[in-house]
Amino acid sequence: MKIAVLLKQVPDTTAKIAVSGDRVDQSSVAKWSTSPYDEYALEYALQLKEAGAGDLVAITCGPERASKMLTDAAAVGVDSMLHVVAETTEMDSKQIQSILVAAINHCGADVVLCGKQAADTNSGSTGPGIASLMGAACVGMVSELIVEGDGFSALRASSTGNERVSVSRPCLFAFDKAPTELRRPNVKGIMMAKRKVIETVSTDDLGISLGDSRVIIDSHNSPPEKPPGQKFEGAESVQTVVLKLREEANVI
Amino acid sequence: MEITIIAETSGEGLHPVTEQLVGAASSLGGAITVLCPGGVGSVEASTISGVSKVVSLQGDCFSSFDSGSWSTVMAPFSQGMVMASSSPSGRELGAQIASKIEAPIVQDITGIESGYKVTRSVYSGKVVETSSLTAPCVVTLRQNAFEAASKGGNSEVVVVDNSTEVSVAVKEAIAKAGERMDVSDAEIIISGGRGMGEPSNFSHLNEVADVIGAAVGASRAAVDSWDEIPHSMQVGQTGKTVNPTLYIAVGISGAIQHLAGMRSSKYIVAINKDPDAPIFGVADYGIVATWEDALPALKEELAKLS
Repeated sequence: MKIAVLLKQVPDTTAKIAVSGDRVDQSSVAKWSTSPYDEYALEYALQLKEAGAGDLVAITCGPERASKMLTDAAAVGVDSMLHVVAETTEMDSKQIQSILVAAINHCGADVVLCGKQAADTNSGSTGPGIASLMGAACVGMVSELIVEGDGFSALRASSTGNERVSVSRPCLFAFDKAPTELRRPNVKGIMMAKRKVIETVSTDDLGISLGDSRVIIDSHNSPPEKPPGQKFEGAESVQTVVLKLREEANVI
Repeated sequence: MEITIIAETSGEGLHPVTEQLVGAASSLGGAITVLCPGGVGSVEASTISGVSKVVSLQGDCFSSFDSGSWSTVMAPFSQGMVMASSSPSGRELGAQIASKIEAPIVQDITGIESGYKVTRSVYSGKVVETSSLTAPCVVTLRQNAFEAASKGGNSEVVVVDNSTEVSVAVKEAIAKAGERMDVSDAEIIISGGRGMGEPSNFSHLNEVADVIGAAVGASRAAVDSWDEIPHSMQVGQTGKTVNPTLYIAVGISGAIQHLAGMRSSKYIVAINKDPDAPIFGVADYGIVATWEDALPALKEELAKLS
């Protein structure tokens, strides 16, 4: 069994995002991080590996700078890393999924872990789309994952609470925030990571032809500035605000 | 031009967002078909104004959520522009259907115009993206961002009994602790942050919520600090994105992660003792006061209205 974890590098949520022309100015982003939900996927992937479920490969698709994220993943214990070097910002969901499925097949993985959505595009299409293309069982909103016989047992959020589900391979798990500590690289891990080599490939190397994006991004804009609100001092102003909510805003 | 809507269900009936999906579709023109997984809400769907046809999907695979098998059965009925709710299950199902009909998907849109120009919020709400689509394509719509269609329709209901192999077996359902309304579904939300001091003080938020029928939410700081405040209450980047008509933030400083989940609320009230808290930057009405002083007054004033 081989396990793949999919990681995406995104602007840190605290980073300022500038729009230049009609696009986000990627070059002005001060800090890049692993997308937060992907970190939970990585943690549970490491736990599966430690439970003896199989070798773990970390996969990303993105520009050169994304390799830093794979080095960090190596430092916490992934066995190998695959970097598909490509500029993804104008790609549609179908194109990105076809690249990642080719990458997963290239690594021979039949168990895939990823975050439920990336912090930049906030979509959540990649995991389920890949599961569909792989013919794999798809479990979303996962907050716990353990090996169970030849398959897995996962806890997922449902509309009425949580559900414990069982699946067999091939399968994909898209992670929600989970009640677990995330491990950080230590000195020993960082030294070990230096000896691991990131396999770098292009989409051509993977033998895929992407075609044209069918989602044409027209523009990025900063959200309209909200006019400044009204501010009041002291709890005695609660009466005024409640009155305004009823008569000005008409919401209660 | 055809539009296919994936009905969002809640228990034994339709979730209110389904009427918003039909409302958005009606503004574009064209025949609207509503697919009801498991047949849930199919009669109700046929009474929504603007719907041309309802397909009640009654196969065995619909007894529990499995986006793989559901999408396999639904894909042949998913024609033209396909619309679903951007709930977690709507996103997952939408992405699977998109893959099976070889179409792209754009998630969580907040606006749509004819010619399929869609808008959505990206980069934690720091950027608005406008893009153009051509059918076939799939979009998921943010709840409460679109006008609901009215009742008064009377369309035909076609029953289809197709099923396929299920790959996700539900072994155990664990009900939510507490009977409180989910923040995703609420018109009014009152949320607390670490400024509430300790988790037991959320009872004061519950009391205000009970007066106005609000859901109670929490900031990430509160959820991370206190085990008593479950992640299901979290509003923001690693929690839920909400879009209520009124959002009341109490003792929440307004970190960017929190703002990402609630800044599109129609009206925002902030109660915080720190006059410089960033939450006041997005609030329509700010009250600089401690929650200890403000919440009893708020409860009293709201009670006078009802």
